[in-house]
Amino acid sequence: MGQIQLNQVSKSFGNVQVIPPLDLTIEDGEFCVFVGPSGCGKSTLLRLIAGLEDVTSGHIAIDGQDSTDTPPAKRGLAMVFQSYALYPHMSVRKNIAFPMRMANIDETEQNRRIEAAAKALNLTDYLDRRPGQLSGGQRQRVAIGRAIVREPAAFLFDEPLSNLDAALRVGMRLEISELHERLQTTMIYVTHDQVEAMTMADKIVVLRAGFIEQVGSPLELYHKPQNVFVAGFIGSPKMNLIEGEEAQKLGAHTIGIRPEHTDVSMTEGTWKGRVGVAEHLGSDTFIHVHDTGLADMITVRITGDISVRHGDTIYLSPQLDQLHKFDAQGLRIE
Amino acid sequence: MATQHSRSAARLMMAPAVVLLLGWMLVPLIMTLYFSFKKYLPLRGGDLGWVGLDNYVRFVTSSSFWPSVLATLAIVGGVLIITVVFGVLLAILLNQPMWGQGIVRILVIAPFFVMPTVSALVWKNMFMDPVNGLFAHLWKFFGAAPVEWLSQASLTSIVMIVSWQWLPFATLILLTAIQSLDSEQLEAAEMDGAPPLARFGYITLPHLGRAITVVVLIQTIFLLAIFAEIFVTTQGSFGTRTLTYLIYQRVLESQNVGLGSAGGVYAIILANIVAIFLMRMVGKNLDA
Amino acid sequence: MARAVTQQRKIINTAAAWGVGLLIFFPILWTILTSFKTEAQAISDPPVFLAFDWTLENYSVVMERSDYMRFLWNSVIIAGGSTLLGIIVAVPAAWSMAFVPSKRTKDILLWMLSTKMLPAVGVLYPIYLLFINLGLLDTRTGLVIVLMLMNLPIIVWMLYTYFKEIPGEILEAARMDGAALKEEILYVLTPMAVPGIASTVLLNFILAWNEAFWTLNLTAAKAAPLTAFIASYSSPEGLFYAKLSAASTMAIAPILILGWFSQKQLVSGLTFGAVK
Repeated sequence: MGQIQLNQVSKSFGNVQVIPPLDLTIEDGEFCVFVGPSGCGKSTLLRLIAGLEDVTSGHIAIDGQDSTDTPPAKRGLAMVFQSYALYPHMSVRKNIAFPMRMANIDETEQNRRIEAAAKALNLTDYLDRRPGQLSGGQRQRVAIGRAIVREPAAFLFDEPLSNLDAALRVGMRLEISELHERLQTTMIYVTHDQVEAMTMADKIVVLRAGFIEQVGSPLELYHKPQNVFVAGFIGSPKMNLIEGEEAQKLGAHTIGIRPEHTDVSMTEGTWKGRVGVAEHLGSDTFIHVHDTGLADMITVRITGDISVRHGDTIYLSPQLDQLHKFDAQGLRIE
Repeated sequence: MATQHSRSAARLMMAPAVVLLLGWMLVPLIMTLYFSFKKYLPLRGGDLGWVGLDNYVRFVTSSSFWPSVLATLAIVGGVLIITVVFGVLLAILLNQPMWGQGIVRILVIAPFFVMPTVSALVWKNMFMDPVNGLFAHLWKFFGAAPVEWLSQASLTSIVMIVSWQWLPFATLILLTAIQSLDSEQLEAAEMDGAPPLARFGYITLPHLGRAITVVVLIQTIFLLAIFAEIFVTTQGSFGTRTLTYLIYQRVLESQNVGLGSAGGVYAIILANIVAIFLMRMVGKNLDA
Repeated sequence: MARAVTQQRKIINTAAAWGVGLLIFFPILWTILTSFKTEAQAISDPPVFLAFDWTLENYSVVMERSDYMRFLWNSVIIAGGSTLLGIIVAVPAAWSMAFVPSKRTKDILLWMLSTKMLPAVGVLYPIYLLFINLGLLDTRTGLVIVLMLMNLPIIVWMLYTYFKEIPGEILEAARMDGAALKEEILYVLTPMAVPGIASTVLLNFILAWNEAFWTLNLTAAKAAPLTAFIASYSSPEGLFYAKLSAASTMAIAPILILGWFSQKQLVSGLTFGAVK
């Protein structure tokens, strides 16, 4: 069980308010991702839930129980840190056993859980090694193993993949998603990488400067961004945001069109421009278009390959049903 | 970056150390101040009442005061000059490529770990004894008359003994500092056409400035307080009575606690002046 | 990259450094050599360096004087006890300062150092008086307490610098894993800091072993450690070079060996991190 409720939670360091009062509910079994640029307060929010920081005001409830003043050890949450935070003087086995030792779980049960976790995480051969002798990915698994065995109410992940190289990151992403499918335990996952957020989350919380910009499923955020910030933050390559005359024609202050929602022609279309750099990925082609008179640069994404050359004239036509409109405050207009 | 829980735990866990050191500092300090304003002779009537600043005046006007200040300055100054100069030279030498560097380091550092009473006794008897000492043999070998080191050249002898004890400390610290000097700086200076002596003067020495200051400050605090070396060798005679030893004699030998305490207050003030400079340097390092 | 040094330069360096090194070490070497001579050879003229009849007699004489063992034992108890007690008091304090720093942490650290700067002679009589009144004069307990207090700032400081190297996330992980404060310090922090704690113990044991103001002034016979034992040789009637050398060698040998292991820590310990 692990429903987590934040009620008017705020945090200040000295006079600096890093998180203004906010409300948030994370349902039992949900995979919830906090995402935002660095310094947006997402890690602080996680540490507040963990109990590693005090809230300045407000309440945190875990499974309906007020845990605002409960020390981290008593909250029944497990955390995986960015640096893995393994105990360097203990073997992998002892690392995984540590939380159970602290909970006075008897030894046969400890061993049973260690074996099970090691098997699930491919660590069986490494149980007697020290963390220093393991690769980054293996350390990450040990940290996860240490979190699993205590059967927590919820898992907290603080940018767990940011120290891994790109290839490993994709693999670990899948493993964590797999783990969530299997355990069905609440997971709160902090990242600055919107791809991780989109691929893993049931629910994404987009944060900026401590404020929640939008809460929703990945596809909700993709199709209906509440404001310009979320529109620009979610999706890759980024949504093209266009201000000025072209926007006013459609009754908006800003319009946004995703690169993949723009049709391309060499002969005719709504907007005329000049081809800058074209990035050929094989499956897709990204074309960066200049001199449209709309914005510095418009990016379009085309499935498959297309032969364009630098400096070619190109015509772009937005798919009007995929156009996002925002008012002067940056809020979405339906 | 912590919770209220851990902050109050931290205060609690710091308390024993803070309370102990506070007691260790304040209780004797207040008692010394108290006695310094009293005529207090434990063996001759005990507490004979308040005398105001009498002890402070008497301590500085006594005929032993200025000689003791001079002896202290001579010892501290002499040892500082010898250890810093030879320390720099030795550090540079030890930083050169050579065979058996580790062993030489061990040889050089050894005197620091010899207890002061042992080093004073060994020097006094086995080297400086006018009949059987090694120096006497050496002098005779060259046809000179043996020197009665501890009476004829008492201050020089003490400075020699103490320098031998502290040279390793200075060398080790200066060596550590030299090793942190970026060798590319020296190579750049060489490319710019600076000869070895100029490289030393313009690059190495300024780099060592901070380490030299630290050596001077720390040694000064310890040297102001040297005791065993004098206690074992001359017992303060032949002009080797330092301020520390004078206070010791007033308090324990003449049992004039009031007078000794006034001297103690002077010593504390003196040490604090040095300490303030040291604290500044250490404090700056804490910020970095 | 360093350039290749000519073989010749290296030979000159080596010779010079070894020469100076041996010169500095010579008094210790001479003491050790003399301890194996007979009393007659110890004062022979001209002095003999190696060509003497090696004997262990001096050591057995010093050992037979049963009081030598008592002085030795006192030194072990006083240096060991004050170091151990200091560590017990300092570990929690250093934990607080390293992992829960506040605005005042720096001031507290510097203030602690400043107590170390207080000249002992300035407070000699008050301590003496307190010792008489508390019945601590000439007791090992008394010296353990005084030397512990004297070295406490160094111990706190050294532990603080070592603890600061340990990432806070690991302690937070322990907290998340359900460890209470006691368990966090005992099972996670202390084992991780073992090398640092060991060097701190080593250096402070040496400092306490060699301390020669309080040990000389606050002891008479019962609790006197080796510093006082050796000092008793300064009177003329105790003047036997070979035996003095043997006793000196026994007093400094263990510390010399420990000292060589802790020479790196010496800099950080005694300069309080002002030189790196």
